[in-house]
Amino acid sequence: MTDASNIIISVKGLKTAFGDFVVHENLDLDVREGEIIAVVGGSGTGKSVLMRTILGLNPAREGAIRVFDTDILKADERDLHEVDLQVGVLFQSGALFSSMTVLENVLAPVREHLSLPWELQRDLGAMKIAMVGLPRDAANKFPSELSGGMRKRAGLARALAMDPKLVFLDEPTAGLDPIGAAKFDELIVSLKDSLGLTVFIITHDLDTLYAASDRVAVLADRKVIAVGPLDEVRETPHPWIQEYFSGPRGRAALKSNGTVSGRMPEKSDGS
Amino acid sequence: MNAPGFIREERDDTIFVRVEGDWILENGLGRIDKALRQLSMDSLNQNLIIDLDGLGLIDTTGAMMLQRTMRHCGKRESLTDLLHGFQGGNGRQRKLIERAASVLEDCPVDAPRPSQFIILLDRVGRSAENMIADGLAITSFLGQTLVTLVRVLSQPKKLRMTSLVHHMEESGLNATLIVGLMSFMIGAVVAFMGAKILSQFNASIFTVELIGISVLREFGVLLTAILIAGRSGSAYTAQLGSMNLNEEIDAMRVIGIDPMEALVVPRVLAMVLVLPALAFIAAMLGLLGGALVSWTVMDISPALFLTRTQDAIVIENFFVGLVKAPFFAFVIAVIGCYQGMSVEGSSENLGKRTTMSVVQSLFLVIVIDAMFAILFLELDI
Ligand SMILES: Nc1ncnc2c1ncn2[C@@H]1O[C@H](COP(=O)(O)OP(=O)(O)OP(=O)(O)O)[C@@H](O)[C@H]1O
Ligand SMILES: [Mg+2]
Repeated sequence: MTDASNIIISVKGLKTAFGDFVVHENLDLDVREGEIIAVVGGSGTGKSVLMRTILGLNPAREGAIRVFDTDILKADERDLHEVDLQVGVLFQSGALFSSMTVLENVLAPVREHLSLPWELQRDLGAMKIAMVGLPRDAANKFPSELSGGMRKRAGLARALAMDPKLVFLDEPTAGLDPIGAAKFDELIVSLKDSLGLTVFIITHDLDTLYAASDRVAVLADRKVIAVGPLDEVRETPHPWIQEYFSGPRGRAALKSNGTVSGRMPEKSDGS
Repeated sequence: MNAPGFIREERDDTIFVRVEGDWILENGLGRIDKALRQLSMDSLNQNLIIDLDGLGLIDTTGAMMLQRTMRHCGKRESLTDLLHGFQGGNGRQRKLIERAASVLEDCPVDAPRPSQFIILLDRVGRSAENMIADGLAITSFLGQTLVTLVRVLSQPKKLRMTSLVHHMEESGLNATLIVGLMSFMIGAVVAFMGAKILSQFNASIFTVELIGISVLREFGVLLTAILIAGRSGSAYTAQLGSMNLNEEIDAMRVIGIDPMEALVVPRVLAMVLVLPALAFIAAMLGLLGGALVSWTVMDISPALFLTRTQDAIVIENFFVGLVKAPFFAFVIAVIGCYQGMSVEGSSENLGKRTTMSVVQSLFLVIVIDAMFAILFLELDI
């Protein structure tokens, strides 16, 4: 296995801007297959925009983005569709279809791409809904009848509906109760272990960093200023990183999670 | 990838199932769903052993289907061992199957469907109830609007001028062109009709009366109202509706801003102020269109058209038309705002409310027009 074949997302020299307002400049980031990469950064540093750009929802001014060896910025509709089939996305606001029940939302990607017997659809939907920790009676509710945290979970169930190889999660634990958030971290790790999932997770949640991430990428000054295992990134002298990890919350999370040992990617031979 | 499948063998009271292929959703798991359900039914009173040695890849759906077969929707006496009955397989596969046990659904029983006739009755009843409730709610909203309007007008400081002017521009000024163009053409069409039919009786000169009365009394104001209901009434619903979905209106309430005062009153007032002006423009351009056609088709000179209009058309016709405008405006704006404030839940509901807003305001505009017609008939105007 060469190193390049392990890389599932590769972003090189990316520049994005809205009008004159430059969000990213010269941004490089590689995501390896089967890892959980956590992207952190202050509010408004362009984490969500980065995710949207990688997904091909936002145009890039310069640079190259490859996902599963498809050049996102140059690909035609058909190639993008191929990529979409293997990708699940949880948007920051959930982005559930408001005119559909939770079950229909979860089944939407399945119905679009496969024709399954109704009984199997029902079982499949019920399983995904249970998997993300929603109560059974949530299946027939509409998004407007759910709490914010429940909407997040339903969005995750939809993102996972097709068992994608690559999942993007935009602040999945924001708005979840701490118990739910911890369960969520567990769920992500267990899915990664059992399905070989690659997870691109945007988060402000320090506990998620400790509990679930294999590597951390820090976004600041319009680019990725540090990327690597949490222990390494924490030692980077950049002022934002220092403040982030040694602020009161950073210290509390460190204390409760101990040092990050053992949470290394399974394939440790990829040097 | 190999297609998923299984081989079934029965020995004494035990069913052995050997799993084969890749149990991946896209790989055709749908095709073996039925056979698996059958297996699950058959094995209910027997031991079931599932051998995973031939299994290739597996995803969560595959794991769920295997576990579901084993547990038969919880009907099999509760198995404490999550991997009970499974043999072989590697660690990853066993882990997935183990996890599937906890998220398995009980066998859902589809509720019996009521007969079509009952459903029909149910829907008729519900819509009747909704209609009555909607009517009451509109009436109550109307009252609320009037109260707020009076309060705001008696304390002019509470009037939101910026918003008022903005909506006057949006639903008034920006609509002038289309309203003018439309009534110009209506005037022309009426003139053509007059030219064709009245000339058969050698009475083409009465075209002027025809145009004057129809455009001034009815068409000008009515068509303007219809156009504005479609254009601005629906916009009011869409604006307020999406604010409502976004919890913006709730946010206003908790900040202490009265949405009736901040959102509804400026819109209603703006509409009431601009619709008469638009109706006036419509009436004038309708006459112009008529005059132009009369001139080109029937050689009725503009001067003659004008004097005849002045002589023969009593000025009342003009006022009868214009006096209706504020009433139409009020109804259109109130319905638009009411429907917008009543949006709840989904964007689909927003679409439905927007349609309803246009339909209801058009209907009410016509009803009011008819009532005015009766009133003027009685008053002999
Ligand atoms: N459609 C847009 N038009 C103009 N500017 C935008 C647009 N979307 C985002 N931005 C700007 O890009 C920057 C990055 O936004 P982004 O949503 O990626 O932030 P973020 O890192 O996800 O923040 P948060 O942690 O608060 O979610 C912000 O300054 C925002 O103002
Ligand atoms: Mg964001």
